[in-house]
Formats: sequence, C-alpha cells, structure tokens
Amino acid sequence: MCAKRLTDDSMTPSRLFLAGAARSVPIILTAGPFGALFGALAIENGLTVFDAVLMSLTIFAGASQLVGLELFGQNIPGWIIVLSIFAVNFRHILYSAAIGHHLAKWSWPKQIAGYFFLVDPAFAESEQRAEKGEDVQFAWYLGLVIPTYLAWNLLTFMGAIFGNFLQDSYRWGIDFILPIYFMGLVMGFRRRSFWLPVVVVSASASIIASKTIGSPWHVSVGAVAGVLLAAFVSPAARAKPQKIDPATDRIDLNAAKNEEGQA
Amino acid sequence: MSSTLLIIIGGAIVTFMTRIGGYLVLSRFETIHPRVQAGLDAVPAAVLTTLVAPAVVNGGPNEWLAFTAAVIAGLRLSMVPTVMIGTLLLIVLRYFNG
Repeated sequence: MCAKRLTDDSMTPSRLFLAGAARSVPIILTAGPFGALFGALAIENGLTVFDAVLMSLTIFAGASQLVGLELFGQNIPGWIIVLSIFAVNFRHILYSAAIGHHLAKWSWPKQIAGYFFLVDPAFAESEQRAEKGEDVQFAWYLGLVIPTYLAWNLLTFMGAIFGNFLQDSYRWGIDFILPIYFMGLVMGFRRRSFWLPVVVVSASASIIASKTIGSPWHVSVGAVAGVLLAAFVSPAARAKPQKIDPATDRIDLNAAKNEEGQA
Repeated sequence: MSSTLLIIIGGAIVTFMTRIGGYLVLSRFETIHPRVQAGLDAVPAAVLTTLVAPAVVNGGPNEWLAFTAAVIAGLRLSMVPTVMIGTLLLIVLRYFNG
C-alpha cells in the first residue's frame, strides 16, 4: 500500500492535540448549555448528582440523556428506557460505518476509545479533516473530544449543583442554537458531490417522519433516505470499483486490514 | 445495585454499541462496493440534516428569518460567527415579536 500519503511529521502530538482542541470550542459553546440543562433537570427528576454525572460520563450523548431523564420518573420498565436511549442514538451506527477507514490505522485500544467519544460534531469534524486530505490522527481527535467531554461533564455537575442557571432559555435563543450549529456542520460538506439532493431528501423525509411516526425515529428515517438516494442515484454509485484514490483517501477496508497486519 | 444505576449502565452499553456497530458490520466485508461508498459519503449531510430540518419547520417566522441569516452567514464565515449571527438575530426578533 504505497499510495497512502505520508503523515506530516512537523506536527507533534501536542501540536495536533491543540489543533483538535481549537475545533472543540464551537462544540463546547453550542452543546455546553445542554449539559447544564441536563444536570438541572436530572435533579428535578429525582436523580442524585452522582447519577447525573455518571450518565454524562458513560453515555455522553445529550439528546438521549434528556430522553432517558423524562422516562425515569414515569414508572417505566428499565429495559424500555434503555431501548429508548438506543433509539435516539441509532444514528451513530451510520457514523461509525462512515468513519471506519479513517481510524483504521489506530491500534485497537485507540479505536475503541475513538468510537466511545464519537459524538455528532466529532464525526463531522473528523470527516471534514479527512475530506481536506489530512490524516485523522489520534492526538488531533483527542484534542477535539477530550475538552468536549470534560466540559460536558463539568457543566452537568454545575447544572446539578446550582440548578438551571440558564433561565429563560427561549428569550436567549438557546433552544435554537443546536439546529443552527448542525446546519453549519451540514454546510461544511457542501462541496461533496450530490450534497444538495441528499440534504433535500433527508430534510423532507425527516420532516414527514417527525409529523407521522414522530421522534426519535424521524432521524433514522431521514438519514437512511438520504444514504439510499446517494447509493442508488448518485454518479459516484455507478463508478467502477477502485482500490484506492489518493485524492480522496478512499481505501477499501481490506487494504486497511492488511496494513494492520491482519489476515 | 439500584435500578437507576442499571439503566444508566445499560444506556451506556447500547450507546457504545451504536458508536462502534457500523464499523463492526462494515469490517466484515472484504471490499466496499461503490454504491456503499457513495452511501457512506452521504452520511454527514444525511444524518446531520435530520437534526436540523424538523426544528426549523416547527419554528415560526422568527426562527425562519434567523435560520436564513445563519445559512447566508455560513456561506462566508466560520462556525462561531455563523452561530452568533443566527442566535443574536433570533434574540432580537423574539424580543420585538414576542
């Protein structure tokens, strides 16, 4: 596999970490308020501070944590709550499928850590880095996710201790920060081929699904609609199978495995 | 072990399964068909869009105006200014329009 680009040796691990950390700032600013909100609501729903922080530490997925919280107080069987968390987080299956070959060069403990921290913005930032032709190095990825993880847990703790210090979230537009932020992430991919048809179809399908079957499956329905459209209609889907394309860093998983020395 | 603790641990396990599951499924295959690759290339736009569209549709004129401004800003500016422009405009619109 000689067609792989060489890594840029001028970037030390600590420099890479800082470069990743710089990309974590918008994540913390936009998602942070929801950590505090989650902590405050957890206490209101009868959880202890320990429970709230444990949820943020182990689950690390804001929307599903808030959904789980709503169900805790309702005398619902535990396995249904777990299933609901699974349903809200189902979209991550597509993330881990798409990002796999960018992380293939990491050792397996690093890969496991990487997948644990694979939140929406971490996926988007990593994909964009790969799209620019750069390697997604482990140190860079840690720089991206560790500050995010620490902030998420610290704000959960503060929200649990001090209550919701973001009173009047409607007045301050906090309820609309994440849609705007995710829109910005979507726009970051606008140079990809077939981007607009995918956005239009996924948006339409998720809107229709949210009005009919409702949350959280509207996310998976909309996502699958866009992915299937690309798989069956996009020009790239009709291309000849290629081993590797240095320009886009596309390698088949078999090649990645062979690089790791596995049979 | 309290039931709350068990639920949290269960939630953590299923969440991690979703975060590694797609990779585990794909790594079973020897090669990736162009159709699969095209589908995977669409994942960022496809999934992230679904986190935006319903929220926008469920909003009102204030949200639509702020969102449009943010989209236009996003064509030129980086993430933090884009989010700030959209949010600040929404705060102003909500202040005046209720």
